[in-house]
Amino acid sequence: MDAIRVEGLGRRFGEVVALDELSLRVAPGEIFGLVGPDGAGKTTTMRLLTGILNPTGGDAWVDGLHIVREADALKDRIGYMAQRFGLYPDLTVQENMDFYGDLYGVPRKGRESEMERLLAFSNLTPFRRRRAGNLSGGMKQKLGLACALIHTPKVLFLDEPTNGVDPVSRRDFWRILYQLQKEGVTIFVSTAYLDEAERCNRVALLHKGKLLALDTVEGVKGLLKGTLLELRSDRPREAARLLREARVGSVALFGDRVHILVAEGEAGQASIEATLKGSGMEVLGLKVIEPDLEDVFTSAIPREDA
Amino acid sequence: MNVVTLKDLERRFGDFVAVKGVSLEVAKGEIFGFLGPNGAGKSTTIRMLCGLLEPSGGSGTVAGFDIRTQREAIKQNIGYMSQKFSLYEDLTVEENIDFYSGIYRIPGAKKAERKAWVLEMAHLQAQRRTRTGQLPGGWKQRLSLGCALLHEPPVLFLDEPTSGVDPMSRRDFWDLIHQLAGGGVTVFVTTHYMEEAEYCDRLGLIYRGELVALGTPTEMKEHRMTEQVLSLSCDRAHDALTVVAALPGVRDAVLFGRDIHLMTADAERIVPILRDAMEQAGFEVRALERITPSLEDVFVSLIEGKDREEGAQREFKG
Repeated sequence: MDAIRVEGLGRRFGEVVALDELSLRVAPGEIFGLVGPDGAGKTTTMRLLTGILNPTGGDAWVDGLHIVREADALKDRIGYMAQRFGLYPDLTVQENMDFYGDLYGVPRKGRESEMERLLAFSNLTPFRRRRAGNLSGGMKQKLGLACALIHTPKVLFLDEPTNGVDPVSRRDFWRILYQLQKEGVTIFVSTAYLDEAERCNRVALLHKGKLLALDTVEGVKGLLKGTLLELRSDRPREAARLLREARVGSVALFGDRVHILVAEGEAGQASIEATLKGSGMEVLGLKVIEPDLEDVFTSAIPREDA
Repeated sequence: MNVVTLKDLERRFGDFVAVKGVSLEVAKGEIFGFLGPNGAGKSTTIRMLCGLLEPSGGSGTVAGFDIRTQREAIKQNIGYMSQKFSLYEDLTVEENIDFYSGIYRIPGAKKAERKAWVLEMAHLQAQRRTRTGQLPGGWKQRLSLGCALLHEPPVLFLDEPTSGVDPMSRRDFWDLIHQLAGGGVTVFVTTHYMEEAEYCDRLGLIYRGELVALGTPTEMKEHRMTEQVLSLSCDRAHDALTVVAALPGVRDAVLFGRDIHLMTADAERIVPILRDAMEQAGFEVRALERITPSLEDVFVSLIEGKDREEGAQREFKG
């Protein structure tokens, strides 16, 4: 049985189509990434799958339960960490966890040991008596996660969990997610950051409510047509301008280097070198590189102002 | 010419040294990315650069003004834009520009010219009477940028300027920033997102109040990392991780998608050891290769290296 099965799921708000006929399946124990910019429909999808919001079309099942007809039973099986998750700043770490335990109706008996396990697991044991308001951003995130896990859910929904968190804490957070995966929890996580998406087993790229791609990270990268080249130059801005004028491919300027997506590697390489040398510029390096998800995304979506 | 110069900059809060001995120069027209985890001294440094906080030691200039004695002049000569920075959603594009013209006290005679410049730069001429709340994210970003540049500041501070916008708009935004920099504006960026850092000409990493690394994104990836990164693809990665992490010579191992990424001081030495260990434990190695570290790998490694160093010093001092 799929941990999550979504069939033609849609949600309109008046005239606005927030989510347009989404279909996907997530296997038990998978870390599945819902990836897209702000306004792509990530939070709407999260709310639909957690039974908080009703769809205007389609169906979905989580852990075998229908998200509308069996919404009440569903709540016991899932954990949900919303973007603005409700921690009580005046309560301590432990009190917050207790509060969520009561909310989910976790029996007091046996809760103690589960709480100890979650505290250890999220490295919060030394801070159990600290007020949540006095925790760092990364620690709040971990406490939010611990609270979402207090009733040992089988499927965990995380809406942009590492937003605003620094890279060190982000890495810690993902270590915990992989640990959960090892224990068999299915994780459905959303992010606006494509480098973070690479940590997922499979991803769905979402843009303006529509599914752009659904595959493993490698599979999605394979969708990019053409060859991506990286140019190093002592004058990258000028090089980018020249290459754009010469229309050798799709040009993206980064700090000290330029990425050019060309239809064919060798011919592209030759025309880049010819263009730059023709203008008296030196080529410090030009090589084929592996695209990242950002490259795929930018080639798959139309410009807003096109 | 340097537009930002810092020499041994220091800031204390009581006994706590938030920024210690930071020296840095940013050239005119450079896009400089200033990175560091929360609590590392990043905001304190920015506040001193913007004339909002007085240094406790050292010296510095921004756009030619002294950060100790000419703080008012600095405030008038910088632009500031943040993703969280609010445009008034109920106002039209034009009204937002007019509002900020007032805030920045643009002289009456110049107002029309500056407004026209912003509308053109941000490609918003056709939307001048549109309510700002109705614009797509990338367009708001450009309007916000335009408003921060109304008073023609020579230095522009950006705080996570493209967080959450779609990648295409992000690329367009950074193209605009590169154009501005090409025209002589110096840009100082702070961010937690390595995707944004990749667009900067040069990066500085601050940790525990000290500048621990400085270089272009490529230099950072190729030279600043003391360790090498290997990517291992095998079956049952979760179980394999335990074996890999326990090997002597493996400094750190983490799951990454379906693979394991591990850091080691000597990739050549560890590869045969790793293959043997995998075979003995019954794992099938599908691929094992050295990969270019990501900026995130570099920064996490530098920060953890610093932590170990400090830990060792503490032990030494008893």
